[in-house]
Amino acid sequence: MALLEIRNLSVDFATSSGQFRAVDSVDVTVDKGDILAIVGESGSGKSVSMLAMMGLLPWTATVTADAMLFDGQDLRALSPRQRRRIIGKDMAMIFQEPISSLNPCFTVGFQIKEALRIHLGLDSRARHRRAVELFEMVGIPAPEERLKAYPHQLSGGMNQRVMIAMAIACNPKLLIADEPTTALDVTIQAQILDLLTGLQRDTGMALILITHDMGVVAETARRVQVQYAGQKVEEQPVIDLFERPHHPYTAALLAALPERATSKHLPTIPGVVPGQFDRPQGCLFSPRCQFADERCRTVAPLPQGPQAGLARCHYPLNLSAEAEA
Amino acid sequence: MSQPVVVAEKLSRHYEVKGGLFSKSGVVRAVSETSFRLEAGRTLAVVGESGCGKSTLARLITMIEEPSSGRFYIDGEEITPANWARHRADVQIVFQNPYGSLNPRQRIGAALEEPLKINRPQMSAAERESRAREMLQLVGLRPEHYDRYPHMFSGGQRQRIAVARALMLEPRVLVLDEPVSALDLSIQSQILNLLVDLQERMGLAYLFISHDLSVVKHMADDIIVMYLGRPVEIGPKDQVFANPRHPYTRALLSATPVADPRARKQRIKLQGELPSPLNVPPGCAFAPRCWKASDKCRAERPELDGGAHQAACFFPEG
Repeated sequence: MALLEIRNLSVDFATSSGQFRAVDSVDVTVDKGDILAIVGESGSGKSVSMLAMMGLLPWTATVTADAMLFDGQDLRALSPRQRRRIIGKDMAMIFQEPISSLNPCFTVGFQIKEALRIHLGLDSRARHRRAVELFEMVGIPAPEERLKAYPHQLSGGMNQRVMIAMAIACNPKLLIADEPTTALDVTIQAQILDLLTGLQRDTGMALILITHDMGVVAETARRVQVQYAGQKVEEQPVIDLFERPHHPYTAALLAALPERATSKHLPTIPGVVPGQFDRPQGCLFSPRCQFADERCRTVAPLPQGPQAGLARCHYPLNLSAEAEA
Repeated sequence: MSQPVVVAEKLSRHYEVKGGLFSKSGVVRAVSETSFRLEAGRTLAVVGESGCGKSTLARLITMIEEPSSGRFYIDGEEITPANWARHRADVQIVFQNPYGSLNPRQRIGAALEEPLKINRPQMSAAERESRAREMLQLVGLRPEHYDRYPHMFSGGQRQRIAVARALMLEPRVLVLDEPVSALDLSIQSQILNLLVDLQERMGLAYLFISHDLSVVKHMADDIIVMYLGRPVEIGPKDQVFANPRHPYTRALLSATPVADPRARKQRIKLQGELPSPLNVPPGCAFAPRCWKASDKCRAERPELDGGAHQAACFFPEG
């Protein structure tokens, strides 16, 4: 059985100008020990779907789903108290800006020990031992001293390590990393990605990596799901996705990478992501798609089968010969 | 070789930091002894991590700040604060965040005309307007956008507006400070194409500041790699990417993720992080993180060696 199974998740926000659908019938499945990357541009609903699962959205959001199972438990039926017992323990999340996710008024040691006290009920000596051990695991030098430091005394990379240590403090079964390296420099990014994949390998936890960086996806993920304007448009193993993208959006996105450029001019995707008021009727990508025809503009496509990467497209690309038949 | 538009000789910018109640005063060496030449129609990329001095360098070239030492020339004329006013129109800048660099209460037309109002006071209002509308067309916007406000545009369109505004005074040099970092991938390629087109048409020289090596590889002709305020490697793009000589450049290249899942490469793992610019180590600034460092590196600072592809290292690669 899958560790995490979400079916048909939708999130609507009540805004002053009406309902806005940020996540539109998205499925997410993660097995134990899997590394899934969720890729998309800003506004594609990749963070919101994970926040909805964690129950971290504000009251303006309406979350609906056919199923939301984590480790056999139905997340929809949990009381807030029961949910808090899972979140931070079996399911943990790290965010993009470490400096704004840490409380500036407390030492990092206090903050990491808080999780250990509440979820594991360790005594003070065991908490300290575990905190030092965790800091060593994430590669923070001189852990005994660093536990006494406040977030502003540490660099961005160190703070992100503290966040990771905090997230893995209770041996979670699932770690969600939301743009964990976007605010960091390249050489520090490499250290953090190595750390995350190393921890994943050693502890066997599952990892969901939310990112917009195709390079990071290629180097870390095993499976990739691509989101566009709140919908999942494609899902494939990483190598297949990069070599045979089935959805035109994925193909266009990959073609726009400067490192794949064949001339000084890059291929572009015309137009912009649809917003609240200009959501097209049929396929959401149709106004920007070079293959779109009348059917695409009127009939919203349903996901194709696994042989076409579950692409939400009437005319998926790069089908193999037997799938075509 | 054509006459360079900008020549910089040993530019430095140091900031005095006043000591507070608990801290000593010191000197931050944001940029030290940086020299380069920039020719018309070419792109010089400045690469490095945060704190390496790339944005300070941009502020020196755009005459926002005066260098502490060193000099630079535009078209052979030395630039000093006395002639800043005359030369500022030659060097314009585009900032990273198009949301922060446009006045939300100013219509696009007014934003584009403002540089003309100040620098070309004799120009008539009608001519200013026709220039602004022309410029909108040039950067791929529609003339009717003239009367709109910045919030009505997407990030990519705003960056086009920022480019248009920078071009109003027909500059020779455009300083691009992380121009696509805040944009999504599908928008990024549109802006990069625009920059390529404009450079071809107007013969602009670009000083392209970026931390994204895949973008730099696409755009640059020449590259300066900076570390803690000093250039550690300078050379033509192809040579720097194919055959990096400074260990830091090698580490930077190997740390950059490649969008190809089959490319399983060996990453050079750098230990530690950038030292504080208040407390630059003696000798080579990179020595504490370098796997090749010897006692000589820790004691003595290597200078850039000669030639077209220079590196500041005692033990360069290749």
